[in-house]
Amino acid sequence: MKIVVIGNGMVGYKFCEKIVEKTNNEGLELVVFGEEPLPAYDRVHLSEFFSGKSAADLGMAPLEWYASRNIKLHLGDPVQQIDRLHKTVLSYKGITEHYDYLVLATGSAAFVPPIPGIDKKGVFLYRTIEDLELMQAYAPQARKGTVIGGGLLGLEAAKALLDLGVKETHVVEFAPRLMPRQIDEQGSLILQSKLEKLGLKIHTSKNTSDILGEGAVTGLRFSDDTVLETDMLVISAGISPRDELAKLSGLETGHRGGIVVNEQLQTTDPSIYAIGECALYNGMIYGLVAPGYEMSEVAASHILGEQKSFTGFDMSTKLKLIGVDVASFGNPFVSPEQGSSIVLEDTMKGIYKRINISPDGQHLLGGILVGDAEAYNLLLQTCKNKVILPPNPEDILLGARNGNAAPGAGVTGLPDDAVICSCENVSKLAICQAVEAGNETLDAVKKCTKAGTCCGGCAPMVKDLITATMKAQGKYIRNVVCEHFAYSRQELLDLVKVKALRSFDEVLDHYGHGEGCEVCKPVVASILASLWNDMILHKGNDTAQDSNDRYLANIQKGGTYSVVPRVPGGEITPEKLIVIGQVAQKYNLYTKITGGQRIDLFGAHLSDLPLIWEELIAAGFESGHAYGKALRTVKSCVGSTWCRFGLHDSVSFAIQIEERYRGLRAPHKLKSAVSGCIRECAEAQSKDFGIIATEKGWNLYVCGNGGSKPQHAQLLAGDIDSETCIRYIDRFLMFYIKTADPLTRTATWLNKLEGGMDYLRNVVVNDSLGISAELEQEMQLLVDAYKCEWKEVVENPELRKRFSHFVNAPEEKDPTVKFETMRAQKKAAEWK
Amino acid sequence: MSTISTTDVTWFFACKTTDVPTNGGVCVKYKDEQIALFYFTRSDTWYATQNLCPHRRQMALSRGMTGTHAGEPKVACPFHKKTFSLKDGRCLTDEHECALTVYPVRIEDDRVYIGVNAY
Ligand code: SRM
Ligand SMILES: Cc1cc2nc3c(=O)[nH]c(=O)nc-3n(C[C@H](O)[C@H](O)[C@H](O)COP(=O)(O)OP(=O)(O)OC[C@H]3O[C@@H](n4cnc5c(N)ncnc54)[C@H](O)[C@@H]3O)c2cc1C
Ligand code: SF4
Ligand code: FES
Repeated sequence: MKIVVIGNGMVGYKFCEKIVEKTNNEGLELVVFGEEPLPAYDRVHLSEFFSGKSAADLGMAPLEWYASRNIKLHLGDPVQQIDRLHKTVLSYKGITEHYDYLVLATGSAAFVPPIPGIDKKGVFLYRTIEDLELMQAYAPQARKGTVIGGGLLGLEAAKALLDLGVKETHVVEFAPRLMPRQIDEQGSLILQSKLEKLGLKIHTSKNTSDILGEGAVTGLRFSDDTVLETDMLVISAGISPRDELAKLSGLETGHRGGIVVNEQLQTTDPSIYAIGECALYNGMIYGLVAPGYEMSEVAASHILGEQKSFTGFDMSTKLKLIGVDVASFGNPFVSPEQGSSIVLEDTMKGIYKRINISPDGQHLLGGILVGDAEAYNLLLQTCKNKVILPPNPEDILLGARNGNAAPGAGVTGLPDDAVICSCENVSKLAICQAVEAGNETLDAVKKCTKAGTCCGGCAPMVKDLITATMKAQGKYIRNVVCEHFAYSRQELLDLVKVKALRSFDEVLDHYGHGEGCEVCKPVVASILASLWNDMILHKGNDTAQDSNDRYLANIQKGGTYSVVPRVPGGEITPEKLIVIGQVAQKYNLYTKITGGQRIDLFGAHLSDLPLIWEELIAAGFESGHAYGKALRTVKSCVGSTWCRFGLHDSVSFAIQIEERYRGLRAPHKLKSAVSGCIRECAEAQSKDFGIIATEKGWNLYVCGNGGSKPQHAQLLAGDIDSETCIRYIDRFLMFYIKTADPLTRTATWLNKLEGGMDYLRNVVVNDSLGISAELEQEMQLLVDAYKCEWKEVVENPELRKRFSHFVNAPEEKDPTVKFETMRAQKKAAEWK
Repeated sequence: MSTISTTDVTWFFACKTTDVPTNGGVCVKYKDEQIALFYFTRSDTWYATQNLCPHRRQMALSRGMTGTHAGEPKVACPFHKKTFSLKDGRCLTDEHECALTVYPVRIEDDRVYIGVNAY
């Protein structure tokens, strides 16, 4: 059987996946034509292209996927003609293919309203990666940007303009309010005020009559004769189905566009199917991906002789705008005859919620959520599955108000056939069965059922279902390291300590099974280092280290490494600066001042690392542990030695602290800083532990974090002297090391710690557990055992041998490493 | 991918068994190719694959961490931790990722030989 698919978008791709799966790739010849130059990509997450995702990241499957399934893929080659009589198609590049079945998955294009001047330079559509690349190239010269269309896509495009750095972004909507098709007036008003806070300027009830400018767009004129200046314009006024090919071949199309299909997705020619956004079913175009996927399932089944039908699809949506939650589900606009509504409006927080209830008060008919859409999944399921509402239906909006109901408790109430993942059409039953069959993590369930692999919106619900199912099976949900160790990190640390185990193999023999993996090896290696502070590359433990620890350097793009010598407190002599410069010159390294007050040397070949360090160590440097889950930097401000406001010598104290804790291995990296006064130039309150000088001594703050979820450190103790400060830090760090989960920074650890800061202060300052002396002793042991690990490597020929690229040609460097030049220094060649 | 028949395989000498770290890997040069060689000390088994990680085309797999998943031997790329089966080379964390080429390994005394297609 030979099937030709026209269109390699999301739905066309999904069709290939389904048909290949169903036939096991046997007796099937599959040919795909795609007009775009790239293989199918995730259009739903298109906007993430501007937040750093590459075209490859968005790809549904790489070219090899098609090749290994014998799918012939013609990209950048649109089909131009269908010969229904001879059952052949003819492409732009002149390829003719015969078909037994033809599948049209041509999607839709942005609808372009016939406004004079719409073809000017600086006017863009928002549909393909190419559109986005064009916008990206144009945006730097634009100060003002405008989007025509205040619907779902228009608002997404507007946010994208902001992200592109277009400072002033306007949204123009023809209707009197935003998202008129999904939400009601009050909801729109709240949404509008939220978006205005994000910096968008909204104009409603505006009909664009002219696009102004000579050659390039400079503004819009509206029918009320007002003018809006703009340097670029994005059109997002709706979609129009790509039915031109179908029309040309005489298939029936709707008068407002779309290829007419029946319940089996057949067009008026039974050997031709249409699926996705180009298909018109029952007078309706489905502009979402989930119904498109369902169509591909039905069409693939029907071609293979199975009877399945497409009977319409729920059009509930959630807007993915960062910073504003908006969702609408079921029937959002129920009129008084159809039922009653409960509305919650909080103009202070910018929250609007509406649920519509059947006249008998039994069922949820639909609703709107603005500002907080956390309950979306559960409400959608309650609505779709006609779950009987509680006696006071407002409870589902407000939650149980006395006592704290467990979040997610609602999933257990859903019926078995409730569709949890609507993209992949996975039911609650299928997920629970997968969990019962032993798939007890989100990843495992994703792999087994595909739930959560498309838009990801259902992931929180899937997690809740996993937990609920496991609880129902009477399983105690333990926070175990991985499949090889049935213990939490804390339990494992205690066991290793009691048995005085010193190598990964010993720990595996005693408490694990299998060979270990990339999760448990670094955890055990870190536990061993935190307990004994042995040289981490000692035989047997070397290969258990995370790969950066194993080479005592961070791997960079292209496979070279970076070198970061320790510069305690950020203080460095001119002599040492010169040495760094000389070494960098000699080994051709890129140099940069880091955000941690020291210098990073990038682009070192593996085999050069020991040579570089040999020279640095000879000049008095030591490892900066930039590669380790260990102490990084203790930043300092210049303090009382120079600064007119300085209360104490913050530099000396920072150096003392950095030298005390250097090499200390922990569940995650540790950072610190010391400021000489309350002006806080060293940013101590953003660190895992930070110290600020006061008139009477030091204030010690703990559990701060920069990174993606910044959090300020909190005061642990005030006005303490230097010795007390160090004692408290000893206790604090040791307590963290002994109790935190793997890869958990101190801030996250505190957030999960029962009793929070009060409890921590009681343990550290008031010794409520009676372990302070023990913690201090353990820390002193580690401090005394410190050695620079790079020094040990440089001096040990056996260890040095490990730093070569080829085992059978140690003198040769990796010939595939490539550099480019930028601002008179080298940089890693861009990867694919 | 199935096992490679031995008739059309050439074996080349890679290194001594003692050159390979316990439970770890090294990179072997063969003509213009790079092959990652792994030694699982606990089960005394050897595996070889291409050194190139197909994800971002980085010559790095020999520096990856080895281990097992449900008994299947695997290696994790140091760059983004995608894991690959050492038995048949398929990617275990992403079914869309290309599979690695795997090579047979033979040990004679303390010498490691890797088999490559003869042509
Ligand atoms: C070099 C440097 C950027 C720079 O050019 O300035 C840098 C570079 C990297 N950072 Fe950073 N971070 C650098 C300062 C910071 C800072 C600022 C600071 O320390 O004052 C932060 C925010 C503060 C904080 O950590 O709370 C920072 C937050 C992160 C995070 C997020 C941590 C978090 O808790 O969310 C990561 C990812 C991680 O560790 O998992 C990260 C990870 C990385 C990695 C290791 C990514 C990687 O795996 O390759 C980069 C390694 C480069 C290398 O090979 O040296 N880097 N990174 C800075 C080195 C400082 C140093 O001298 O050691
Ligand atoms: C910015 C944006 C955000 C979105 N967000 C969401 C969301 O949050 N949730 C949601 O459910 N949906 C969302 N969508 C909609 C979703 O992307 C579409 O429903 C889905 O992509 C439709 O898939 P499709 O395969 O039918 O069409 P498309 O993905 O458009 O694919 C059709 C392909 O066919 C090609 N083609 C057309 N004619 C020919 C020809 N003659 N020969 C060869 N190839 C041809 C086209 O070039 C195109 O590549 C969003 C869309 C955009 C643009
Ligand atoms: S913020 Fe840190 S991790 Fe991210 S690119 Fe910069 S250096 Fe790398
Ligand atoms: S390069 Fe190997 S996982 Fe990304």
